Amino acid sequence: MSAVAPPPIADEPLHRRLGVTDQELGVIETKLGRPPNDLELAMFSVMWSEHCSYKSSKPLLRTLPTAGEVVVAGPGENAGVISIGDGLAVAFKIESHNHPSAVEPYQGAATGVGGILRDIFTMGARPIAVLDALRFGDPSDPRTRHLVNGVVRGVGGYGNCVGVPTVGGELVFDSTYGGNPLVNVMAIGLLEERLLTLAAAPGPGNLAVLFGSTTGRDGIGGASVLASATFGADEPSKRPTVQVGDPFAEKLLIEASLELIERGLVEGLQDLGAGGITCATSETADRAGTGILIDLDAIPRREPGMAPFEVMISESQERMLAVILPERWDEVRDVCVRWGLPVAVIGRVTADGDVTVVEGGLDPTGRPNPGALEIARIPAPALTSDAIVHDRLATPPPRQRAAAAPGLEPGPTAGLPERGMDPGAVLLSLIGGANLSSRHWVHEQYDSHVQANTVVGPGHGAAVIRIKGTTRALVAATDGNQSVGRADPWLGAALSVAEATRNVSITGARPLGVTNCLNYGDPTRPEAFWQLQEGVRGLGDACRALGLPVTGGNVSLYNESPTGAIAPTPEIGVVGLLDDVATRVGPAFDAADDAVILVGESTPGLFGSAYAELAGVAPEDGPPSLDLAREGALQVFIREAIGRGLVASAQDVSGGGLAVAVAEGCIWAAGGGVGATLRLPVAGAPAVELFGESPSRLILSCRPRHAPALILLARQHRLPVEQLGTVGGDRLFIELAGQGATGAAEERGSRIADAVDVPVADLAHAWRSGLARALGEDGEPASLPEDR
Amino acid sequence: MVRIGVVLFPGSNRDIDAVNALQVAGAEPVVLWHEAANLQGVDGIVLPGGFAYGDYLRAGVIARFSPVMRAVAAFATEGGHVLGICNGFQVLTEAGLLPGALLRNRSLRFVSREIAVMPERLDSPFTRAIDARRPLRMPVAHGEGCYFADPAALDALEASGGVLFRYVHLDGTVAGGEEDRANPNGSLRAIAGVTNAAGNVAGLMPHPETAVEVVLGSDDGLGIVRSLVDSAAERAHGARPVVVGVGVR
Repeated sequence: MSAVAPPPIADEPLHRRLGVTDQELGVIETKLGRPPNDLELAMFSVMWSEHCSYKSSKPLLRTLPTAGEVVVAGPGENAGVISIGDGLAVAFKIESHNHPSAVEPYQGAATGVGGILRDIFTMGARPIAVLDALRFGDPSDPRTRHLVNGVVRGVGGYGNCVGVPTVGGELVFDSTYGGNPLVNVMAIGLLEERLLTLAAAPGPGNLAVLFGSTTGRDGIGGASVLASATFGADEPSKRPTVQVGDPFAEKLLIEASLELIERGLVEGLQDLGAGGITCATSETADRAGTGILIDLDAIPRREPGMAPFEVMISESQERMLAVILPERWDEVRDVCVRWGLPVAVIGRVTADGDVTVVEGGLDPTGRPNPGALEIARIPAPALTSDAIVHDRLATPPPRQRAAAAPGLEPGPTAGLPERGMDPGAVLLSLIGGANLSSRHWVHEQYDSHVQANTVVGPGHGAAVIRIKGTTRALVAATDGNQSVGRADPWLGAALSVAEATRNVSITGARPLGVTNCLNYGDPTRPEAFWQLQEGVRGLGDACRALGLPVTGGNVSLYNESPTGAIAPTPEIGVVGLLDDVATRVGPAFDAADDAVILVGESTPGLFGSAYAELAGVAPEDGPPSLDLAREGALQVFIREAIGRGLVASAQDVSGGGLAVAVAEGCIWAAGGGVGATLRLPVAGAPAVELFGESPSRLILSCRPRHAPALILLARQHRLPVEQLGTVGGDRLFIELAGQGATGAAEERGSRIADAVDVPVADLAHAWRSGLARALGEDGEPASLPEDR
Repeated sequence: MVRIGVVLFPGSNRDIDAVNALQVAGAEPVVLWHEAANLQGVDGIVLPGGFAYGDYLRAGVIARFSPVMRAVAAFATEGGHVLGICNGFQVLTEAGLLPGALLRNRSLRFVSREIAVMPERLDSPFTRAIDARRPLRMPVAHGEGCYFADPAALDALEASGGVLFRYVHLDGTVAGGEEDRANPNGSLRAIAGVTNAAGNVAGLMPHPETAVEVVLGSDDGLGIVRSLVDSAAERAHGARPVVVGVGVR
C-alpha cells in the first residue's frame, strides 16, 4: 500500500501511513467491535479524512443558519437547492480543489470543475453556469505564473468542452498564497422541482448501478493524503493522488444522468468524488437507513491487477452511482449504452445497514455466491454520519502589530495616508495593478456564452443568466476577503458575505442563499482553528443579519506550506433572482449629464486595502468596521430604487475604494468610456475617502430628474447620501473639498494634491493592460509544460 | 413550419443554442442523433458547436465518420442547405464538404469574446435575410479556428464568391492578421466563414446562434439563422429555385 502514503516509513504502522491517528484507530475498533482489516482501514481513512468527514468543522458548521421557506435541499446534500417558483428551482454550490491544483494545476483545476458540476446534476439540475475564484501568490514569481497558466487552462479546458459557461469569479494575488494557491469553483444548475433527486439508497433489493468512466488507479488517497494534510517538500511525489479529468466523458455523464432522472428511472443518484465508491455507497446507504452489498468483481476496471482497496477508494473521475428498481435495469442500461458509457450492476441495497464488500460475485437474487469471500463489512453510519468528530482547541493569536511602512518611524503619528502622493497617479497604479485590472486575459480563455443564456458574463460585477422562457434571471457572484481576514477573521468572513450579496443586490436582484468554501489552515493548530471558528461565526452573523440561508458548501483545511498558513479565506458564493431581466442595472455610467450619487459613508481604517498594499500601512491602523444593519438597509434600498426605475448605474465601493469604483463606471461606459466631474467632501484623511474600502457604500448614477427621488429614498432608509457631480467629458475629475482636503492635511504637512484629474483613456489603458503586464504575458507566451 | 435538423454528436454542446435560435427564427428544430443515418425529412441542417467525440485527435476528424454524416453528405449533394457553426464548420471541412482547414488559434489559447464579422455578400442562402452589409456582433469560442488554405486556393475561393464572412473592426474595416484583436484566431485574410462551390453548404467559426436576442447582448446573428430557414423553406416548398452558386464558376 505504499501508493497511499509516500514515502513509506518502513516501521510506521499502516493506519498512521493512511493518516489515521492512534486515537482514531481506537474509535474505529470500538465501532466495529474488532480491529479493522487493511481494506476496512483504507475505507475508514478516506471517509474519516477531514475532506470527507468534516471532523473538525462539523461542530462549527452546525451553528450556521440553514433554514428558509424556499430552501428545498440544504447542507448535507450534494448541493443546496432553492425554489424560485413556477415549479423551478436552482441548485448551487462552491467547492475547493486547492491541493490538487498546487501539485498538478491543469488536472487539479479541471477536475475541480468536473467535481462541482457532478454535485449539481446529481440533484437533477442542468448545470447552467460556473464561477471560479482563484487565488495565487506574487504574480511575478515564475511558479505563480506556471500555476496561473495551468489552472486557467484547466478550468477552460474542462468547462469549455462540457458546454457550461464560465460566467464569473475572481483572480486574486496575495503573497499569502505563494505556497498554497486556492482554486474554488462554484456551479449553478436549474431544475424542475419535481425532478429533484436525492443521494439516497432506499429500498432493500434495489440495484446499485455504477455508470460512467471505468475505475482506475488515479486519485488514490486524494481525500486523505492530499486534501487533508499540510504540504511538505514532497509535492511531486503526491502527483499520483491527483485525479485526471475527461470533460467529454462528463458531458456524456450529464446527458445520461439527466435523461435517467427525467424518465424516472432512478430512486437515488450520487456522484463519485472524494472517497470514490466507498463514499458514494456509504453516504447513500446512511441517508436511507439501509446497507449496500458490493460485488467487487462487477466493478468495471481501467487496468488489471488492482487491489481491492484501490478499487474501493479510487477517485477516478466521471462516475455515478444510481440506485434503481431491478425491473428498470434494461432501460437504465440502454440509456447508458446510448450515451456510450460503461454501466454495471455492482451491488444490492440491503436492510442490514452495513457497507459490505464481497469477492466472488453475487447470485441473481443478490446473495453472495457460494464460496464468495466477504472482505469488508462496516456499518454505513460509522463511515459517514457517525464518523469521528474532534473537539479542537481554538486559541486567538497574541495581538500582532502591523509592520511599519518602509521609511517611516513606527508610531501613532505616522501620517501615512497623506504621504505626499498624487492621487491621480495612485489611482492609475491601483486600477492597473495585478488585482484590480481587467481580467479579460483569463475570461477570454473561457466560453462564457454557450447555452445562450448569458446576459452579463465575467468582468463587470455579478453574472446575469436569463432563465429561458421567462422574464427572469439568476444573478451570481463570489467574493472572499483575505486581506482583512488575516487581522480579524470574523470581519473578513462577514465582509465577504456583505460584498457578495451586495454585488447581487446592485443589479436589482434579490439574494436567495449563500454557499461557502472555507479555506483555512491546519485545524490541529489552535490559532488556525480559532481563525476557522471566527470565520464561521462571521459567516453566520452576516447571513442572519441579511436574512439569508447557508445552503451548503465545503471546508478546505490544511492550506499550509513550509512558508506558513494562508490568510483565512472564506469564499462566499451568492445566487439571486431578478424578476424582470429588463430592469437589470449594471456598474457602467450610462449617459452624459447623469447625476453621480454616493450612498453610505466612509469609516476610518486602511488596513487590508489595495491602497495599503501599495503604500504600506500605518502601524496603529486597523480595518474599517462593518455595520451589518446598515449593510442590510443599503441592499434593501438599492433593490427598491432599481425596482422603481430610478437608477441608471450602480457600483459598490470595494477594492481600491471610491476612486476605483468611479473609474470603473467611467471605463466601462458604452462607446469606449465617459468622464465624470465630481466634488468629494473630505472630513478626515483624503486617502481614506478616495481609496479606503469601508463597506456598505454605493456609487450610483441616475437621470438628473430622478436624483431628488433617489436621494429621498436613501434618506428614508436612513442612509447617508450625497450628490457628487455629473457624468460627462473624457476625464475623471474628483475635487477634494472640505476641511480634510487642504486645511487639515496641509497643517499636518501633507503634500497631497487636491484633485484627481486623469483622462479616462489613460485609466482604460492601465486597466486593460495591467494583468498581462503583471503576469509577463504582454510579450511572447511563456513556454510551460501545458503547452504540449 | 419549416423543420431544421440539429445534429447531436456526443460532445456537441451548442445544440442548445442552435435549437433556441431556430425557434426564435420561427423554425421547428429536429434533433438528429449521430448514430442514425435518417434525417427525418428535415428541410435544412445545422451542425452545432461543441467538441464532437471529444475532439481528442483533431477537431471534427472523428465526427465525419459517423452515420449521420453520410446522410448529411448525401443531403448536401442533392442541394440541401447545411450550416456548420464552429465545431460544425470543422466537421464540414474534415468531411471535405467545405474547402480549407481550421488550425489552432495563432495565440495557442482558447479564445472567447465578442467579435464582428462582415457578410461579404447578401445573395447567398445563408446571408439573404441579413438587412445590410454591416458589421455583425457575435461571440467566438474556440481553440481551433484559424482558417487556412494555400494562397492559390484562397484566391480561387475569393474569386468565386466562396468567402461569406470576414472578421472586421466595428467600423467595417477588415481585420488584420494575428496581431489584430479583431481577428481572434489569426485566420488568413480574416476569413470567418465560407461556402462551397454549389453555395448550399456553409460554415463559420463565430456563433450567430448565440446572438439572436437583444437580451444576450446582440441579435445580429438572427439574419444568418433566418437566411438558412428561408432558404430551406423555399427549397422544401418549391416556391422558386434556390439562389445557389451566384458568382460561382
